[in-house]
Amino acid sequence: MAKSTADSLGVENGELAEVSIDGRTMELPVYVMPGHAVGSVTLPLGYGRTEAGHVAGCWEDQVDPVGFDTYQLRSAAGFSAGSVLATVKGTGKAYPLATTQDHHLIDAVGMEGRDNRLGELVREGDLSEWKEHDDFAKHRVHSPPLGAMWDKHEYDGHKWGMSIDLSTCLGCSTCTVACQSENNIPVVGKEEVINGREMHWIRLDRYFQGDIDDPEDDIQAVHQPVACQHCEMAPCEQVCPVAATTHSSEGLNDMVYNRCIGTRYCANNCPYKVRRFNFFNFNKDLKEPRNETLKLVKNPDVTIRSRGVMEKCTFCVQRIQDARMTAKVEERPMVDGDVTPACAQACPTDAIQFGDLNDEKSRVRQAHDDPRSYSLLGELGNYPRTAFLARIRNPNPVLEPASKETKAVVTHG
Amino acid sequence: MAESTGVLEDPIRKPALVQGDNDFTSITNIVCKVAETPKPPKAWYVTFGISLGLLGGLGASIVYLISTGIGVWGNNQPVAWGWPIVNFVFWVGIGHAGTLISAVLFLFRQTWRTAINRFAEAMTIFAVICAGMFPAIHVGRIWVIYWVFPIPNQMDMWPNFRSPLLWDVFAVGTYFTVSLLFWYMGMVPDLATLRDRATTRIRRMMYGIFSLGWTGSNRHWHRYERAYLLLAALATPLVLSVHSVVSFDFAVSQLPGWHTTIFPPYFVAGAIFSGFAMVLSLAIPARELWGLKDLITTRHIELMCKVIMATSMMVGYAYSTEFFVAWYSGNQYEGFAFINRAFGPYWWAYTIMVSCNVLVPQIFWSKKMRTNMWVVFIVAALVNVGMWFERFVIVVSSLNRDFLPSSWNYFTPTAIDLLTLAGSFGLFLTLFLLFCRYLPQVAMSEIKGVMPQSHPGHGSSEPDPNPEPDPDSDTPPQQGALA
Repeated sequence: MAKSTADSLGVENGELAEVSIDGRTMELPVYVMPGHAVGSVTLPLGYGRTEAGHVAGCWEDQVDPVGFDTYQLRSAAGFSAGSVLATVKGTGKAYPLATTQDHHLIDAVGMEGRDNRLGELVREGDLSEWKEHDDFAKHRVHSPPLGAMWDKHEYDGHKWGMSIDLSTCLGCSTCTVACQSENNIPVVGKEEVINGREMHWIRLDRYFQGDIDDPEDDIQAVHQPVACQHCEMAPCEQVCPVAATTHSSEGLNDMVYNRCIGTRYCANNCPYKVRRFNFFNFNKDLKEPRNETLKLVKNPDVTIRSRGVMEKCTFCVQRIQDARMTAKVEERPMVDGDVTPACAQACPTDAIQFGDLNDEKSRVRQAHDDPRSYSLLGELGNYPRTAFLARIRNPNPVLEPASKETKAVVTHG
Repeated sequence: MAESTGVLEDPIRKPALVQGDNDFTSITNIVCKVAETPKPPKAWYVTFGISLGLLGGLGASIVYLISTGIGVWGNNQPVAWGWPIVNFVFWVGIGHAGTLISAVLFLFRQTWRTAINRFAEAMTIFAVICAGMFPAIHVGRIWVIYWVFPIPNQMDMWPNFRSPLLWDVFAVGTYFTVSLLFWYMGMVPDLATLRDRATTRIRRMMYGIFSLGWTGSNRHWHRYERAYLLLAALATPLVLSVHSVVSFDFAVSQLPGWHTTIFPPYFVAGAIFSGFAMVLSLAIPARELWGLKDLITTRHIELMCKVIMATSMMVGYAYSTEFFVAWYSGNQYEGFAFINRAFGPYWWAYTIMVSCNVLVPQIFWSKKMRTNMWVVFIVAALVNVGMWFERFVIVVSSLNRDFLPSSWNYFTPTAIDLLTLAGSFGLFLTLFLLFCRYLPQVAMSEIKGVMPQSHPGHGSSEPDPNPEPDPDSDTPPQQGALA
């Protein structure tokens, strides 16, 4: 439900609310979703999981069921429960909801800081702005000329890079799922997500634009997939005391699991916060005999990490090596399209491009040269390897009368 | 007397550094008595029991941590460094006063240091032991921690010399080594005194081994004085270097709230501040318990209070400078980091920090407060609390909200975090109580050097020929003790 609806009902995010329709009552957790139609409540249909073994619902080992069976609120009268008005009232009981973002609702100080920087992080413009200045995104942030503390690396062979087009990205999170299965990323469970220890190497950042307290305001959501940017001047590489994260000769920011001792300094110094730490041995249960088949889930080309080491996006280095070997066997140079990381492969809209930046004709190189391209937090002087392509909005003037100027537009110039 | 006439005290007339009717023999007796009594006071047993219990808790928490994983603490993404690093910086800071008192004040000929230097140095050693433990246990794979040392190996793999964490290893390692040497060397003459007075075989042997064959010959004293001076000169730059390097852990990174050039001097001032507070927290009960009031006089306490007040204002100045620069830089991330620090989700920690570190010590402007042991003890304790929170604010409030709002997250400590912190106090107090029980708490040989008896025929202004009585003294003042 919308924030204003929750306020008027007197319920809070994560509070159990009593929902009654036509005499049938259920206690369901409230999840505030800015931009939701005001004055209405969405109940996702599903049965919940009552007997799914150790994942959810196992009475032998006292594992509680998860989820809610909202069908109990519907009657045979028809699919439309809306014919009768639902009543919602708070119970004051809390229900832990695990989300990977906004682990707690952001206070006023945080919201202000967030709003100020949003236009610089996720750069957007509308059609007219793009027609006027097609490189508008590059001018959202102006910084003094950037230097570098060390000599830049030089790349004679390949120079791998990525681009993400925010115009075509739907925010569907398929990349996250593909990455998780490709790279043997542990599923940490609800409790650890609540503790803020999710392991995703690529995540979907989602922000709301507009005043979420104002029921009249038209809330827009913006989103942006963020993985390791493989910075040229990577802040993480400088601070590791044992040199466990280093730059490869092809521009990858490599993570050497065997060398990592787990000081987590790299994670602190990463401005994108894409580094993930194995706070526990999340693969411990693989050793149990009953989990022999689980091993088959794992990708044999990718290391299984134990506890105490840092990990992050590798640009699917195993696929790069595989493509290199294939090309060698076929006695030909590697060409554009030989390497596709899992996220790019799974992306339904081809928003993610990957390839050799040294190859003038590669799609990723063209994307980097696109006027819309910009570097996320490029003003820090990290020289990130991933280019984002600014999102162009072209709303139908009948549906959305005036395009709202983002704050960044106001501050620019 | 100045107080009774209502006129300002004559600043030239200072109370003597040693109060009461004491001569060389009685000093030796007072100090050695502590290590020689068959039974220490009951309070010692009680505190030692509590400390041992906490130490056991520390051991248990470390075993649990190493067998389970860093996840037993509250650390998460983005707060990858939590309490362990807060505790590390806290303890390193505590460990600062020792060397400052022994080395810097020695070089500046501040003779009042003699009563407290042994104490403070011991505190330094134990605090650095506590501090050194934290970076070691906070890494994910402690079994390969030796990789941070530049040990030649078959892989030709060296540590990364660009990393401030590596500088830390060297800085803290050097500081610990030099402090230990300094402490031990200064103790050799006193250990020999204890050896000579020892009544049992085991005591004779132990003190005998550690006094390194000291006979008190002229040549021994000559070499000792030279070496002590040299070590003091070596240790002095370390007072500044160790916490500067610790601050580099933060200042060299690019996190808003950490990336600040003010950190090195600010950290050193804060470290001296907290170190002196800890010396007071330990000295006040100890002088009460073991009757050392003639040696650690009210004047000593007062002087330390003044140091605390001065460093408190330096720290307060640093807080305001940070805010000014955050605003003046015009950098929105920097500006936000500080607004968030004071008004964001950790406003309570920031409030505790500022009130304990800047507001509370202002009470020491009043001499009455500086000489009231209860007030001094409570303020010192509050300063320790405030300085722990300062490190908490720096580490956690900067990390919890950095550049990308999508990663923002709140940090909540776990019970294991608490146990580890309490346990580190257990380790510290256990070591300190053992020191109090078995080693000379006050540098006997040095304190004799500042007594009037060691300057026969000298009408020097210090000590005053007519010492002003110390209000807190155990023995009634005797006029003409010089005679």
